[in-house]
This record gives sequence, C-alpha cells and structure tokens, in this order.
Amino acid sequence: MCATCGCSDDPVGGVRVIDPSAPPEHDHPHPHEHPHDHEHPHDHEHEPASDRGHTVALEQRVLARNDERAARNRRWLAERGVLAVNLMSSPGAGKTTLLERTLVDLAGERGVSVLEGDQETLLDADRITATGCRVVQINTGSGCHLDADMVHRGLRALDPPDGSLVFVENVGNLVCPALFDLGEAAKVVIASVTEGADKPAKYPHMFAAADLILLNKIDLLPYLRFDEAYWLATVRRVNPGATVLRVSATGDDGLADWYGWLRTVGGRSAPAQQGAAR
Amino acid sequence: MHELAITESIVAAVREKLGDAPVRRVCVEVGALSGVVPDALLFSFEVATEGTSLAGAELDIVRQSGRARCRDCGARFDTDDLLALCACGSADVEVLGGRELRIREVEVV
Repeated sequence: MCATCGCSDDPVGGVRVIDPSAPPEHDHPHPHEHPHDHEHPHDHEHEPASDRGHTVALEQRVLARNDERAARNRRWLAERGVLAVNLMSSPGAGKTTLLERTLVDLAGERGVSVLEGDQETLLDADRITATGCRVVQINTGSGCHLDADMVHRGLRALDPPDGSLVFVENVGNLVCPALFDLGEAAKVVIASVTEGADKPAKYPHMFAAADLILLNKIDLLPYLRFDEAYWLATVRRVNPGATVLRVSATGDDGLADWYGWLRTVGGRSAPAQQGAAR
Repeated sequence: MHELAITESIVAAVREKLGDAPVRRVCVEVGALSGVVPDALLFSFEVATEGTSLAGAELDIVRQSGRARCRDCGARFDTDDLLALCACGSADVEVLGGRELRIREVEVV
C-alpha cells in the first residue's frame, strides 16, 4: 500500500486517505513492484498428530497493535493540544448534518477540522467543505470501521493547527467502530428517534463504549411512536456513566448543551484514556 | 464484519513474534462480552491467513463467559448478555469480566 496517498491494490483493505483540497491528479508513478515471488511450495508432510510442534506462549491482547497506535495518536494530539472527538452512529442517524450545523455555529470560536470516514465517495467531505471547514476523507473500501492507523494517516494529511478541535466521523455502523480505539479524547454516539427505541438493547457494545450519547431528531417525536423512557432506561443499563443529551440538528433543540459539553471536554486537562482497560 | 480486522491483527501479532515460522495452531481467548463472534472469527481466519506462515493453521477458540455483579443484592453470576439481569430481579448489574480478546499461545511446526 502507498503510504502517502493510501492507494492500494489490496483486495481486502484498500484504504484511501483523500485531501479534497489537494490537486486531484496524483501522478506519482507507483513503482512499488513487490513481485510476490515467495515460493513456499507447501510440501510440509502433515505428520501424525502425535508429532506436535512446540508451543509458544504469547499472552497478548489481539488489538494490542491498534491500541499502541491509538496511544501514539493520543500523544501526538496531546503534544499539539488538539482535542479529537470520535462520532459514531448507524448510517442516517444525522452525524454529518449535526456536524455541518456544529461547524457553522462554532466557526470562529476554535479552530475546527474534520476527518471523514466512509467506505466510498467524497460526498460527506464535500458537505463539510461547503461549510468552509478543512476536511480529509478516509475511504475504507471494504472496511466497516476506522482504526487507529487510518486515523494516524488521516491526521498527518489533515495537519490540524495547535489547540484546535478535530471531529472524526466514523463509518456509519453501530457494531464494529465500538471495538477500535482511535486515540480520541471522547467517543460520542448519535442515536436518532427514527431508528426505534430498541437500538441500545440490540447494539449494547456501541452504547457501552460512549462518553456522550446524543438523541437526535427529537423535533420528529410528535410524528413517531418512540418510547423515549424505554430507550433511556436501556441506555442507562448498558452505560450508567454516559452523559445523555437530546438534540435536533435541523432545529435548535439541545444544541447549546452539545456545545457546552464540547467546551467542557475541551477544557479538561488530560484526555480520557479510552480502551486502556480492554 | 470487524472479525476480519481482528484476525488480521492476530496474523500480524503472531508474525511479529515468530517471523515466518510455519504455524500449526493459534489459541485465542474470546470473552462472551467482547463483541466478537467466534464463527465469524473462524471464517475470516481462513481468509486472513491465506498466503502467510499461518496458512492452514487451526484456530482454537477458548470461550470465556461474562462475569457480573448485582449492585443491589451483591450476587456474582455468569452472563453472556451485556444487558444482564440478576436473579433477584435487579437490572443494576456491573460487568466484571468477559471482554477478553487475547492470543494465548501459538504452536509452531
């Protein structure tokens, strides 16, 4: 994989980090030849089961590598006084709409930039660019979540100014992103009333991982049968410690509370240590 | 399908420790509350190991049940559900364990 632009012919990974403000044609010659001539002829004989090889104890967390890279991101961000917030939700919960609104409302208050994660397209990056905000798009290809290495590469391309705020918009998915620490200061899960009240029960890992849970689209409540008391009780069962705020990204409801939360997190001296206990 | 990323992490960790030594078996501990599905791990292990020193290796998954404690009555019990209920009827339950996702050992030829 090309470390500069992330272009890849890897059928499994295929992650691309794209800076929409950079010239579109990337005409570097791609000379990486790696001929794949490793021969390994597979002539191992499959000895009888009694003839066992030797066992090596590893005792290592499977995600140790991701967590190391997340820790490196956390140090990199701390050295620059940059606050990174990881936004996660199912597709269509309103992450990008909330982000657009937030970027407009917070413009001038603190430098803000965005890392956009999607499997494909620059559609969200275009929406963020339209607000006047700097953005770098990470296309994960077949990947269903951002990991710490993608964010490392994204941050280098984004190059956020010291003391600024970076929103990391994860791939829309209520399952996989919950497992991967990115080095962020806080994880925000956005739920919406149109998704139904049973989602915290169905996807408990995501809600359990959150520092803040936003219930979005509350202006639509009069038109829906959404049992908010049940939703909140379930959220509390999986995550008694998280802050919960009701918002409407297209109205005004709760946005002042959301901005207040961002200022509080931004004012904390040491970022939260995510994933350390895993 | 984060299990593919998980198995890729297993392959990378094993190769980092053992280089290109051919691997016969990998033993992984998976907690019931880890968010990882063993069947999906087995499926993606075959894909992720193809063409590596782990090709053809057996993935041995040791399941760990989740452990919880009731904040109301103090009872400790096993559970495979993040939304656990205590036998006393309380839903105020603290998860103590079951999120393990560890490579225990590797058998090389």
